[in-house]
Amino acid sequence: MSTTTTKDHPHLAADFNRDEPRVNWHDETLWWVRAKRDIAAHKLPEWELLRETASQIKFNVLSNLSTYLEQFEANATKNGIIVHWAADAAEHNQIVHSLLEQRGITKMVKSKSMLTEECHLNDYLKDHGIDVIDSDLGERIVQLANEPPSHIVLPCIHKKKEEIGDIFHEHLGSAKGESDPKILTETARQHLREVFLTRRAALTGVNFAVAETGEFVICTNEGNADMGAHLAEIHIASMGIEKLIPERKHLGVFLRLLTRSATGQPITTYSSHFSKPRDGSEIHIIIVDNGRSIQLGREEFRNSLKCIRCGACMNTCPVYRKSGGHSYHTAVAGPIGSILAPNLDMKKYADLPFASTLCGSCSNVCPVKIDIHDQLYKWRQVIVKEGYSPKAKTMAMKAMALTLASPALYRMGGKTGRLVFKYAPFAVNNKLNPWYNQREMPKAPDESFGEWYAKRKGAKNS
Amino acid sequence: MSREKILAAVKFNQPAALPLPDMEVLNTLTDVRTDLVSKYKTIATAGGSFVYEVNSFDEIKTIINNEFKPGVKIISALDELSDYIYAETVKHEDGHNFADVELTVLRTQLGVAENGALWLTEKDMGSRVLPFIAQHLAVVIGKDNFVPTMAQAYQVIGAADYGYGAFISGPSKTADIEQSLVIGAHGPRSLSVFILS
Repeated sequence: MSTTTTKDHPHLAADFNRDEPRVNWHDETLWWVRAKRDIAAHKLPEWELLRETASQIKFNVLSNLSTYLEQFEANATKNGIIVHWAADAAEHNQIVHSLLEQRGITKMVKSKSMLTEECHLNDYLKDHGIDVIDSDLGERIVQLANEPPSHIVLPCIHKKKEEIGDIFHEHLGSAKGESDPKILTETARQHLREVFLTRRAALTGVNFAVAETGEFVICTNEGNADMGAHLAEIHIASMGIEKLIPERKHLGVFLRLLTRSATGQPITTYSSHFSKPRDGSEIHIIIVDNGRSIQLGREEFRNSLKCIRCGACMNTCPVYRKSGGHSYHTAVAGPIGSILAPNLDMKKYADLPFASTLCGSCSNVCPVKIDIHDQLYKWRQVIVKEGYSPKAKTMAMKAMALTLASPALYRMGGKTGRLVFKYAPFAVNNKLNPWYNQREMPKAPDESFGEWYAKRKGAKNS
Repeated sequence: MSREKILAAVKFNQPAALPLPDMEVLNTLTDVRTDLVSKYKTIATAGGSFVYEVNSFDEIKTIINNEFKPGVKIISALDELSDYIYAETVKHEDGHNFADVELTVLRTQLGVAENGALWLTEKDMGSRVLPFIAQHLAVVIGKDNFVPTMAQAYQVIGAADYGYGAFISGPSKTADIEQSLVIGAHGPRSLSVFILS
């Protein structure tokens, strides 16, 4: 299910924008989620203090991460959990596969884990003869549609219910033309219940891992992580190294922020704390680096590792809402994804830090106060310096630098521009000018400020 | 091998140590203990739970008997509700055996007013899968067992030793299809909360 496209964000966004009513619907749906977040946040007078506290806890985590990782490992091991370490995606996938292979397991149920999306685990396991079924409803829908999730919290937010109805009709045998969310959800419930009851292995993500106790917490509304884990003989939990928090009591901060920021709910339906395996079963946890330790070393970008994956920055982002999650061609889309992805592959994701207006709304809603829009701006500078910026943009920037550096060229450029706008607007208001897409070009003034000022001065002196 | 490599890289790249914040202000600020039951009731109801204030276990039995047909499989973890299968006696059974459970009844000592969540540990559940696999879930809680927010909830939990624990705040739900809220995703289709005075 990896995105194999080589198109960049502007091109993929242009594809998404072909269907204007759908773009508007996508935009409004996400804005509605953002508005629910605001209502939930404004109900707590201590909201800003809560954000600040969460931010400081995460700073402490990043500055003591090696200690917390060792502490977590020791305590989890004491609890009977088996801990594995994976340097990269390939090693993570191999560990999962070998755990299944050793037990002769060929079918697994998986609840939401963006890390496994980042590692392209499903593809890897499929190639090795393992059948994986995603159990989160949204993820199951995109899996059946053979697409990656377009949003970390709302995986199929880009799909209309009629399209989901068609997918369910084809794969799960629902009635043709049925698009009632209640009936479609019931169809998925019956289908996935059968899956939960027959899978010997369950893989889950991790929302928080507590160094002090060795336990980890998974948050869902559907109960799919629990249904999978409690019925399987082996529970594999995949987590990035940044999921650590120091103490159990800190959950009292993060669980208050997470869902309010994500969907506007005061908490998810289920916040499950796994501390020890139940009798007769195993819990394995895979701690994954995959570039995170490098990001930790990038002073300007390490704050991105504070992220708790609530998705608030996506819901509020005017670019995300109007370009869709798939246009980011990476597992974690939106503003946060655009500062995480270039760390993994600067060349492949050089376009993403430019997929922003730098309006700063993402930073304002972030529950752990990541300076997202500042980091987007800083990535642009790094990308240009390293020579990865898009060609057209580089040329335009060079031309602009030259023009701005020379008063004569600047005056000439301005004059030419105004003349063109006045007498030949078709020269800029055409399809060759990407700025003109979805926009009207402004009317040009008759004269520049410089010209006006010179004239005024002349008039005064006379 | 990767373990050493990762830990060495993290150690090398992590910034100079920063202190943990003081949580006291937040804990005190949120510790408002008025009308906890009515606050809980409002939030839990908005989250899709059915909340009943009752005076006795007999009242609970009457409600359960009205809501559920005779003969359906009901598992109860409460001594006081002994007309049903007792969770303690079946807790070692394979979880798959509970696939036909219609109702699980559990008891908790901790509820959170700000979000409708109820804290249940493996001991309260009998078997971990019981609150999830049942078609319906009911939880009994004393009226004095509520705290204002998650901050106080974790103060109550403290350093408790459990194999598994969960905050459950309502019925299983999803809004993955066009953001339409549907109750009854994979877990219980309803959560009934009995607040016992």
